[in-house]
Amino acid sequence: MTNHWNDIQNSDYILVIAGNPAENHPAAYGHITAAVDKGAKLIVVDPRFTRSAAKAHIYCPIRSGTDVAFIGGIVKYIISDIEANPGNYNMTYITEYTNASYLVNPNYKGAPDLDGLFSGYNAEKRSYDRSAATSSWTYQLDENGVPKRDKTLQDPNCVFQILKEHYARYTPEMVNTVSGAPKEKFLEVAKTFAESGAAGKSGTLMYAMGATQHTNGSQIIRTYAIMQLLLANIGVAGGGIQAMRGESNVQGSTDMALLSHLLPGYLLVPQHNDETLQKYIDRATPKSSDPLSLNWWKNTDKYMVSLLKAWWGDAATKDNDFGFHYSPKVHAGTNYTHIALFEAMEKGDIKGLMCWGQNPAVGSPNANQTRNALANLDWLVCVDLWETETSIFWKRPGADPTGINTEVFLLPAVGSFEKEGSVTNSGRWMQWRYKCADSPGDAKADLDIMNELMAKIRDLYLKDGAAPNRDAIVNLTWYYGTHADPRQVAKEVNGYYLTGDKQGKQVISFASLMNDGSTASGNWLYCGSYVEPADEPTAPIPGNRASRRNLDDSPYNIQLYSKWAWCWPVNRRIIYNRASVDLNGEPFDKEHPVIWWKNAAWTGDVPDGGGKPMAEGGHLPFIMRSTGLAQLFGGVVGPRETSLADGPLPEHYEPWESPLAANPMSGTMNDPVIKIWRPLEQSLPDKYPIAATTYRVVEHWQAGQMTRNLPWLVEAMPNMFVELSEELAAEKGIANADEVIIENKRGSIKAVALVTKRFKPFQMNGKTVHQIGMTWHWGYAGLSTGDSANILTPSVGDPNTTIPEYKAFLCNIRKA
Amino acid sequence: MAEKAIMYDATKCTACRGCQVACKQWNELEGETTTNWGSYENPKDLSTQTWLKMEFREVGNNGDLRWLFTRRSCMHCTDAACVKVCPTGALFYHPLGFVSYDKGKCSGCGYCKEFCPYNVPRLNTNRGSGLGRMDKCTACTSFGLDRIDNGYTPACVKTCPTGALIYGDRSDLLAKGQARVQQIIAQGYKNAYLYGDKEVGGTHVLYVLEDSPSVYGVVENPKVPGAAIAWQDVIKPLGYVAVGLVGIGLLLNVMVARARMINGKGEK
Repeated sequence: MTNHWNDIQNSDYILVIAGNPAENHPAAYGHITAAVDKGAKLIVVDPRFTRSAAKAHIYCPIRSGTDVAFIGGIVKYIISDIEANPGNYNMTYITEYTNASYLVNPNYKGAPDLDGLFSGYNAEKRSYDRSAATSSWTYQLDENGVPKRDKTLQDPNCVFQILKEHYARYTPEMVNTVSGAPKEKFLEVAKTFAESGAAGKSGTLMYAMGATQHTNGSQIIRTYAIMQLLLANIGVAGGGIQAMRGESNVQGSTDMALLSHLLPGYLLVPQHNDETLQKYIDRATPKSSDPLSLNWWKNTDKYMVSLLKAWWGDAATKDNDFGFHYSPKVHAGTNYTHIALFEAMEKGDIKGLMCWGQNPAVGSPNANQTRNALANLDWLVCVDLWETETSIFWKRPGADPTGINTEVFLLPAVGSFEKEGSVTNSGRWMQWRYKCADSPGDAKADLDIMNELMAKIRDLYLKDGAAPNRDAIVNLTWYYGTHADPRQVAKEVNGYYLTGDKQGKQVISFASLMNDGSTASGNWLYCGSYVEPADEPTAPIPGNRASRRNLDDSPYNIQLYSKWAWCWPVNRRIIYNRASVDLNGEPFDKEHPVIWWKNAAWTGDVPDGGGKPMAEGGHLPFIMRSTGLAQLFGGVVGPRETSLADGPLPEHYEPWESPLAANPMSGTMNDPVIKIWRPLEQSLPDKYPIAATTYRVVEHWQAGQMTRNLPWLVEAMPNMFVELSEELAAEKGIANADEVIIENKRGSIKAVALVTKRFKPFQMNGKTVHQIGMTWHWGYAGLSTGDSANILTPSVGDPNTTIPEYKAFLCNIRKA
Repeated sequence: MAEKAIMYDATKCTACRGCQVACKQWNELEGETTTNWGSYENPKDLSTQTWLKMEFREVGNNGDLRWLFTRRSCMHCTDAACVKVCPTGALFYHPLGFVSYDKGKCSGCGYCKEFCPYNVPRLNTNRGSGLGRMDKCTACTSFGLDRIDNGYTPACVKTCPTGALIYGDRSDLLAKGQARVQQIIAQGYKNAYLYGDKEVGGTHVLYVLEDSPSVYGVVENPKVPGAAIAWQDVIKPLGYVAVGLVGIGLLLNVMVARARMINGKGEK
């Protein structure tokens, strides 16, 4: 989240799209209730009338996978309205804080000119030219290397004009043709949410996996960002873009390098051709020639060297590139994300898997492929609270255990209340929690399991002088003893001084981190979270700011609660908050000031980057971009800032499996650079005309291992079910509560039919498309069993993230 | 002692069913074996193991579709038919206004179930054997599991994440409820209604509804059956003096059968 849960209460308009917080974020939903109580307008956009929709002032249906068309239509509406009524919008914000004024390379051609493609496409390689030297997605530079600007926004090559031309095609009629959103309802949503662009008004956009799990998921999020920037909603109280995290510590695990292309703190992962640390740093550090840009990532070397020092301590020296070569390096061009891993397993390239609190036999796309792939492993270790579908894949219905040679271990883990540690919530708040109950039997905390495992591995390496990469293992900083203390680990993540007067003391901010080996930090973003007791004496655990429970909301009482827990970065509760003030440091919304320049000092939240207001020579507001400006146009800039793989502006493409014969927007049917693993498994609309999506219900949790074993929750939601409209049910002769079969090229599953008014056939400019939806919680293990929806989902991913397209695929349905 | 109440604001409820599960957890009730019957709702009915359940209703269609959620549990009437007809005094008025019961005194006659205008109490065996025991929500005042007496709010209220359930002095809640209803009416819901202010002498569970009670499946104008009044006010006092228990039993059985015929309830 750019903002945080409590901040929703400052919103005047709340747009929930591709998420269902009443269902999947039930406790946090209370903040939305509170906002609505204060008069906020709630808009819900979803293929299905959800529990969230039941609470909305406006509900608008859209077909799964058409978010870019829908939000693109709102962008078009806003741009037209900005030209007609500029007084209703924050033009200072748009011209000064976004790159609307940038002049784009005149060789750039976009989707309107190239039938849905962008300039630089290589059809053979299915990729775009994103090299800073040769790409046309670049900006015109002045003699100092700074992008040229036209703050009148009239130059035909300026971003604002290009944006306008790009989205001119996204008319209300086209939005209906593509998404099925009724034209009047779409216009009601556009008009209502655009009101948040006015001075003193704010609108927040809340989304979840309904946005990301598409072949154009990254571009869907970009569309949200473009809309919110045109409405001056980023950085302000009650504004922003909120990724609602589906698990209590998803944010924390992402911060700590859950993703295969990142190290802790969003540093890029080293790759095979980073022959030296310097080469890595050159590749990972954006450059800026603009004196007004702070370009925060220029500090990459300090954060990386401090991380290497945290990992390898004294063995990391200047002479050995601070242990850089101990670090595992990915092979550039190889995909290490979820689908690719299970494909590699099926080929036999991966021999062992540690499955930690994860249940891919239920949660993976193309789940039958996943279950088969597990059989190619030599060994599998599952760490969980219960037996899972993954841990018993070898005896699943239909499998022959005698033909499966995988050795399977199941290690009992402890529940979240049975261990101490921190969780970082959607709003980036790191909150400490305490153990409140003992765990049963041999169950152990993840940290203890990892600690004991590492101790044994290190013993093996110590004994074997010829073990590969031995130094990396034996030199690793690992001093946790027989029982690892989470507080000690948290202190290490924060970082500490290695030399000088402060040797051994905790650093208080990432500003203290150095590139000379004098500091260590396990994650630069968490610097300041766990300081010396003297620096935070009143916290329940002195020094541990995540343990703070102070409800003071001074000075502006906008729900920041800056002394409750701790928030990355540097306890900044609303990021990009420099965009909430004008050039003089005066808040655009004086009723909800996030920061305010008063008596030559900033008051309120921790301002992005410090310094003075721009009128007094201060820096540009978006400090994590080398240009200092928010990107309406996501051009190629240089290292680390190489644009998205599928274009500098979001364009609507159909899901890989689309019920339509052609993309109504252009001749380019699918995102042209998506990764397709199994092209022959594409379900086509002639046999499988029904659009489908998957989702969760409040009663169950993810792949089900946590909830399908609890009698009260099984009682409340006992079976795998599929929701379909009364119209489709009548067409197929299906009655409510019938058992039905849903099938496509990847498989076939059974479910209980829930016939409902909450799904309606989409009327798309005369064409009728049916959509159904099903829960993905079930599998063959536990107290409540049922078929897994993911047997039907495809092995196809977004070109930037390769997140699977769980949310839009084709199938057919019939009575069992 | 000021009367207390629970107020359920249906307009704030997201039907997360945290209340339904928290009720079971606190009161140590079993999870029942259920199957999906084409609904988000389960268990299908109240039982001795399910004292509170959420109901889901799809109202309207297309552009004006609404998905309405309702709490179904004991309403804790001021003028409670179940207390009136209970021959053993098992059911009683708690000093805070709730209808509680002493399970040890229950004879399992089932009259409470038959006379309840909301069809709430349930028996765990057939009443023919006389060994059954009734169960229902006690607003967490059950002996040994009394949250209220220990300074806590009822389990359902405690777990509600959206503020749809609140607990407090009944008079305060009535004022809040009236204000909330006025607010909802101002938003265009002209039939918005505060349920439980006057019904059956006033209930200790109040509902804020955006529409008429019947749209939510809530009984409009609930009545304490005449037979219950007769039992309470005429026959019961006499019974202790002059009428044999057998005779009362017979009479009541006739009344029960008649009430069943009139209400068309039959056995659940």
